[in-house]
Amino acid sequence: MPAFPTAARRALDDAQLRRNLHHATHTIRAKRARAVAEVDQWERLRSNGAAIKDHTLTHLDTYLTQLEESLTRAGASVHWARDAEEANRIVTGLVRATGTDEVVKVKSMATQEIELNQALEQAGIRAWETDLAELIVQLGHDQPSHILVPAIHRNRAEIREIFLREMGQVGVGAPADLTSEPARLAEAARGHLREKFLRAKVAVCGANFAVAQTGTLVVVESEGNGRMCLTLPETLIAVVGIEKVVPTFADLDVFLQLLPRSSTGERMNPYTSMWTGVTPGDGPQAVHVVLLDNGRTDALADDLGRQALRCIRCSACLNVCPVYERVGGHAYGSVYPGPIGAVLNPLIRGTTSAVDRALPSASSLCGACFDACPVRIEIPDLLVRLRTRVVDEKRGGLPTPEALAMKATAWTLASPARLEGAQRVSALAGRALRGRERIGRLPGPLAAWSDARDAPVPAPETFRSWWKRERGER
Amino acid sequence: MRVALFATCYNDTVWPQTPQAVVTVLERLGCTVEFPLGQTCCGQMLTNTGYGREALPLVERFADVFEGYDAVVAPSGSCVGSVRHQHATVARRCGQHALAERATARARTVFELSEFLVDVLGVTDVGAAFPHRVTYHPTCHSLRMLGVGDRPLRLLRAVRGIDLVELPAAEECCGFGGTFAVKNAAVSVAMGADKARHVRETGAEVLVAGDNSCLAHIGGLLGRQRAGVRVMHLAEVLAATEEVAA
Ligand code: SF4
Repeated sequence: MPAFPTAARRALDDAQLRRNLHHATHTIRAKRARAVAEVDQWERLRSNGAAIKDHTLTHLDTYLTQLEESLTRAGASVHWARDAEEANRIVTGLVRATGTDEVVKVKSMATQEIELNQALEQAGIRAWETDLAELIVQLGHDQPSHILVPAIHRNRAEIREIFLREMGQVGVGAPADLTSEPARLAEAARGHLREKFLRAKVAVCGANFAVAQTGTLVVVESEGNGRMCLTLPETLIAVVGIEKVVPTFADLDVFLQLLPRSSTGERMNPYTSMWTGVTPGDGPQAVHVVLLDNGRTDALADDLGRQALRCIRCSACLNVCPVYERVGGHAYGSVYPGPIGAVLNPLIRGTTSAVDRALPSASSLCGACFDACPVRIEIPDLLVRLRTRVVDEKRGGLPTPEALAMKATAWTLASPARLEGAQRVSALAGRALRGRERIGRLPGPLAAWSDARDAPVPAPETFRSWWKRERGER
Repeated sequence: MRVALFATCYNDTVWPQTPQAVVTVLERLGCTVEFPLGQTCCGQMLTNTGYGREALPLVERFADVFEGYDAVVAPSGSCVGSVRHQHATVARRCGQHALAERATARARTVFELSEFLVDVLGVTDVGAAFPHRVTYHPTCHSLRMLGVGDRPLRLLRAVRGIDLVELPAAEECCGFGGTFAVKNAAVSVAMGADKARHVRETGAEVLVAGDNSCLAHIGGLLGRQRAGVRVMHLAEVLAATEEVAA
């Protein structure tokens, strides 16, 4: 996976992708704006959401212990996973113990983050994604490119082709006369998935929220496929990031208002399933909850980074992001793309890889993400902070060309005399180029600017020297 | 009122006509303008690229140079944004708590041009005349970081002879973003190309904004396209009169 600038350049060349993304993000943006405008005190609701999350994150140890107690009391088994490897080992072991070699899955970011499907496959267990968009991604041997709409980069015609080509190979095939009408596509998916739902003994899910007081897992979705996973199989395994805990049901109330409006632009999402442990004779009789850290406590330890754990994965920041709109999710090299991905990945994975080091710079800092975020995560500030971390980590070694340029700039700007020195050079150039309105292509490092943009001609006289001439040295 | 002009380093060097226009407008409205010669730069480019430590001396210089003024006015939304939202943070991160407090105090006196005219002087008609078809791009830092709202538009609407047309998708970022324009040049240009297309759709002769850096980016694209659209800073339009056309 190349770092963002290269991956982004490739994505920009894909005209179909650009059109799909533009259409999808603009549609959902308008819908979100309408749904948010309906709420009188949206700003207050946002602040409430942020405050609840901050309080919970500050006392995370307390609430996690409480959650464990509540879950156990309700008949669920709790497992703690420090990292992806440990989580995958736990889940694989739990599935093996049931004697089955397949599981159905409801869309879950946490399991994508730890690449559970690959781990299961290595253990000879097949995992079937049941969320429509996840199904499209899985059948297309593709990667998700959006938190909420993983197949946002695909259009209907592409989906029809994938269904016709792939469904029959792994189960009930698509009807031969399938058209690209949404209703027909949904029908084909329903036929394909029904067989899997009815056969599956084990389901794997995530959770949007976990209520500490009662041990209730909350899954919010649009299609009802998640609910099938939560009710039909005998064993349910939930993989839940430790930041998903909320103290009480009253807190949940705030997020169930913020989430659907921010994510799908709806007043309420079609399906909200709440699951509290085991109910004898009804639903799964074995419930396991894997509480996943995987870098989250590192983010928590970072005074500013902690904010990023407020994220409720609504994807509003992706949908309003002008960078995401043009390059899509794959360029971010993670299951968490877009503005929140650009901060979350380096926070939880660290900045050792080139991909993670480039992410904080994958933004023009326009601020649209902060305005949209229902829990007020100051994404632009976090990006700047992470850029600083990347720079600071490189200090002491051989300076990069960027570091040299920045240090030279800083030196020049540190005194008015030095700035004036530099300005004399610029003014000379300005006089030499007098009469021209713009400069064309430039050589060397300036080419990145001038390949597609004219550069402005510097002024023949600076403001400073004009002022001194006109008004004297006061 | 003691009003200081913060020209900003790039306006001082590349677009001196912009701070000159600010002087014209403020003096026309009866202000006495001073230009403290010790000023250089707000350090925004350094801070935003991750070089907060290198920006620290500039934060200190800013706090020193503009001490004692009732108001500091700058023709750049992003530089004002940096002073207001970053200076204290930069100081605090470097362990300079006394400086952080001075920076916070200083930030309260710094205004972007349209804020100063509308909020502090209470004027929307600055006596300008500009008989051209104009469209206005609200730059991200003015719009979202400072929240200048419709102040620039109110000022423009009061300009005599102006034909002000709405820019489609005005609030979308133009893709400049400081070093983003170079580090992610391809994405930056893709964003700017859409902005340039919207500008051309309006049929405007002049594109106006409150940040010359964004204008250089959009103008650079329009220039390469030979689109025949001029870019101008808000201050220059406000400085234009029937006698002195811009
Ligand atoms: S950062 Fe905010 S806007 Fe983005 S997905 Fe998370 S909660 Fe939603």
